[in-house]
Amino acid sequence: MKTLKSLLVSALLTLPVLASASTEHVVLDPAPIDNNDAASLQRGARMFVNYCLNCHAASHMRYNRLADIGISEEQIKDNLMFASEKIGDHMKVAMEAGDAAKWFGAQPPDLSVIARSRGADWLYTYLRTFYRDESRQTGWNNLTFPNVGMPHVLWELQGQQVLETPESEGGEHHGAHAAPKLVLAQAGTLSPKEYDAAVADLVNYLVFQGEPARAKRSQIGIVTLLFLGVLLVLAYALKKEYWKDVH
Amino acid sequence: MSKPAALVQWIDERFPLTATVKAHLSEYYAPKNFNFWYYFGSLALLVLVIQILSGIFLTMHYKADAASAFASVEYIMRDVPWGWLVRYIHSTGASMFFIVVYLHMFRGLLYGSYRKPRELLWIFGMLIYLCLMAEAFFGYLLPWGQMSYWGAQVIVNLFGAVPFVGEDLAVWIRGDYVVSDATLNRFFAFHVIAIPLVLLGLVAAHLVALHEVGSNNPDGIDIKKKKDPKTGIPLDGIPFHPYYTVKDIVGVVVFLMVFSIIIFFMPEVGGYFLEYNNFIPADPMKTPPHIAPVWYFTPYYAMLRAVPAMFGSQFPGVIVMGAAVVIFFLLPWLDRGKVRSIRYRGPLFKTALAVFAVSFVILGWLGVQPTDFLGKVGELETATLLARIFTVIYFLFFLAMPWYTSIDKEQPEPARVTG
Repeated sequence: MKTLKSLLVSALLTLPVLASASTEHVVLDPAPIDNNDAASLQRGARMFVNYCLNCHAASHMRYNRLADIGISEEQIKDNLMFASEKIGDHMKVAMEAGDAAKWFGAQPPDLSVIARSRGADWLYTYLRTFYRDESRQTGWNNLTFPNVGMPHVLWELQGQQVLETPESEGGEHHGAHAAPKLVLAQAGTLSPKEYDAAVADLVNYLVFQGEPARAKRSQIGIVTLLFLGVLLVLAYALKKEYWKDVH
Repeated sequence: MSKPAALVQWIDERFPLTATVKAHLSEYYAPKNFNFWYYFGSLALLVLVIQILSGIFLTMHYKADAASAFASVEYIMRDVPWGWLVRYIHSTGASMFFIVVYLHMFRGLLYGSYRKPRELLWIFGMLIYLCLMAEAFFGYLLPWGQMSYWGAQVIVNLFGAVPFVGEDLAVWIRGDYVVSDATLNRFFAFHVIAIPLVLLGLVAAHLVALHEVGSNNPDGIDIKKKKDPKTGIPLDGIPFHPYYTVKDIVGVVVFLMVFSIIIFFMPEVGGYFLEYNNFIPADPMKTPPHIAPVWYFTPYYAMLRAVPAMFGSQFPGVIVMGAAVVIFFLLPWLDRGKVRSIRYRGPLFKTALAVFAVSFVILGWLGVQPTDFLGKVGELETATLLARIFTVIYFLFFLAMPWYTSIDKEQPEPARVTG
């Protein structure tokens, strides 16, 4: 009976932690993104087509949908379309699927809805936790996604991080494992702060790309709820009126 | 005679229009003391209509083809005007259907709505619930995401656990050796026509049976026993229309507000209404590390996993899972109490129902998680142990019911409804 009780108690105590149980055991940093920040979304779109769209397609996303974040058709055509001709084209890549699998060990996933399957926080953390690892074919590894096939595409911006497993200072009797730490060994063209902001822009864009109707949906939602609120008052008054004679 | 009245008379001579409206609305006398729990019947009907209408529009743009199903859903989400709204209405409607139906069923348990003379009404309702589960299961494959695919794989494999004929049965259901394009096409056929047809027929039967015997009420007493001697109308009855139509409109508006909050502000509901992994296209070569069905199936999924394999077969688990649903059908005959409503039941039934409801919720929660998420006690996974305990409690609610309802200390029912 006692064991049962303690089981139940421990079950209840662990409850909040479980909801977010995932396969990787890295603490995810909350992505500081704002889906209404058009400038951030536009910077993110530029990063996406420059850095991601070479290997990853976004095959459900049309170029002209970028108009939703305030980029004009001319701007899209002149600055963001490298691989396609028509403004209504989907964001495809030229790389053959078989080649990609040969070069990276896996086909780079389509990024149309990646923010919906992975979540913004995961992407934000993942893109900031690459480190040098000569044992890997690409020379790169990642804390959030160990042994990922993708090399660190943004390394020029971030610089090169290395993994430092701290020799636990207290010696062996220091019970808990000290978490491995990433240290910037060679600076990139951006400061760490600027790099985090750039990744946030990119993740912000990926969230938009995952669901372009998102902004519209919350706007319509507010109007809908206001309408239903008024309707509720009227419906309740009508009910009251009819039910006066029920005793 | 005025023109509209003449038209009605013309119709009435050929079709029982006025008689039908009277029998089912304006002269259908419902108890006047319906409370909160009585909104969910009409709401279930509303969700059924929402699902059929939104489903029709989805069918216009969806492609039941393994090569293009996932892309066609994204096409609906991006390129079809208002497609995202129709899709979210349908995906949210699926979960809301179960919420509403579970609450509707719980109402039946609270007030003994399954008791004589409403046994058939209850059975029709349970058949609707079965259809709903089939409808949800077939529909869930259609977006052709990872969870769609592997969820279907797991469920169809359950049939593979049937002794002797299992493997052939599973192949027959899938139309292939794995879930494939053939499976997708037949599931589409079941989802958009076969099951909905049966569902509509059962809903009609459910309503006809209800209006034949009359609605139960929170006091669980028969309002037809006390009638106005002159008119023959139950003293505690009021015409469904206009009283309950105007009352249900209030319920509908509140429901639509909840529905809208989900659709417009949180359509995934934290991965419970739309699972995150289902935004990854189905990949037959890559099994996800953790396969969980959508929340409304998880109590049964937890039971399935809780039962140990016997003789190397999962069949006992499948039997337990099936029995957990089927046992609801027997309720009218398991309950030996003299009163219907929880208001006049004794402490035994009240406790049993509360414990049952808690077990159902805990099993649902366990079914969402991987089995190792609470660690181990000895050799056994803690979550599996918990699932076993609550599975036993779940079944005890039914199996011990003839005993505890017959010795329970019940209170006398009032002669008239108490409001």
